[in-house]
Amino acid sequence: MSRQANRGTESKKMSSELFTLTYGALVTQLCKDYENDEDVNKQLDKILFFCFLPRGYNIGVRLIEDFLARSNVGKCHDFRETADVIAKVAFKMYLGITPSITNWSPAGDEFSLILENNPLVDFVELPDNHSSLIYSNLLCGVLRGALEMVQMAVEAKFIQDTLKGDGVTEIRMRFIRRIEDNLPAGEE
Amino acid sequence: MADEALFLLLHNEMVSGVYKSAEQGEMENGRCITKLENMGFRVGQGLIERFTKDTARFKDELDIMKFICKDFWTTVFKKQIDNLRTNHQGIYVLQDNKFRLLTQMSAGKQYLEHASKYLAFTCGLIRGGLSNLGIKSIVTAEVSSMPACKFQVMIQKL
Repeated sequence: MSRQANRGTESKKMSSELFTLTYGALVTQLCKDYENDEDVNKQLDKILFFCFLPRGYNIGVRLIEDFLARSNVGKCHDFRETADVIAKVAFKMYLGITPSITNWSPAGDEFSLILENNPLVDFVELPDNHSSLIYSNLLCGVLRGALEMVQMAVEAKFIQDTLKGDGVTEIRMRFIRRIEDNLPAGEE
Repeated sequence: MADEALFLLLHNEMVSGVYKSAEQGEMENGRCITKLENMGFRVGQGLIERFTKDTARFKDELDIMKFICKDFWTTVFKKQIDNLRTNHQGIYVLQDNKFRLLTQMSAGKQYLEHASKYLAFTCGLIRGGLSNLGIKSIVTAEVSSMPACKFQVMIQKL
C-alpha cells in the first residue's frame, strides 16, 4: 500500500528524471560513437559541441508551437520582455526552474540567464577526458530554434557551467536581428 | 519538472539522429535499433532505481510486472498498460492501445514501416528496469495497427 501513497508527488519529479536520464544516455551514446572513430577522435569535443546544437535547434523549432499554444503569452514588444518570458514562463514550464536575468548590455541586445541549478546535469559528472564537453549545449540550440520561429535571430552560448566548477550556469543570449518574412515577389 | 513535450521531442531527435548518422556511415538497420535499445536500457536502469527506493518489497515476478505496467508506465507515458497477459512460464505480453510515442504518426498507414524505430528505446527501457530488479529478459515489440502496440517480455531463467 505504501507504494500507492507516494505516487502523486513522486511522479512529477520522476518525469523530470526521465528527461535528464534520457538526455544523459544520448550524450553518452554520442561520446561512444565518436570515440570509435579514430579519425574523429582528435576533434572529439569540437564535434560533440556541434552535435547538440542542431538537435536542440530542431527541438526548439517544434517546441515553440507547443509553448505558444499553451502559455497564452502575447507578442513581446522588446527584447527585455522576451527575456522575461523565456526565464519566467518557458524555463518554468519545461524545466521547472526560473533563471535570473542579469548583465544587460548597455544597448539592451545582450543578457545572461543565470541557472542556479540545471536539471540536465542532475546526475552528471564530466570525466577527465571530456572536460571541455559542453554538456548542456542542447539548451542553446533549443533557445535559438524557438526564437527563430518567432522572427528573432539570436546567438546563445554557455559562458559558465557548474559542471566545469563554476558556481552557477550562465547562458549568454545575444540578439542579432529580426527576421523579416520574405514573401515571394509580387505577392502581398 | 520537465514537461512531457520535451521528452517526446528529445526522443524524436534521438531516433532521427541515430538514423541520420547511420545513413552517412554504412550501418545497417539492426545496429540502429540496438543503439536506441541500449540507450533505453541505461535510462530504464536509472529510473527504476530512483522509483523503487521507497516501495515495498515485491512478492514475485508477476508483482514486478504489474508495477511496470502501472506505476512505471504511468510515470513515463502518462497512462497504464491496457492489457497484461502471461502464460505463467516466463512470457508476458504488455499491450498499450494508445502508445504515446506513436500517437503523432498514427493518422494513416503511411508510417507503419517506421514504427519499429520508435519502439526500440522503450524495449530497452523495460529491459533495463527489469534487469535492475534482478530479472534478465528479452523484450521485443510489435505493431499491427498504430497507435496500439505490444511488448513481449521473455524472462530468461538464470
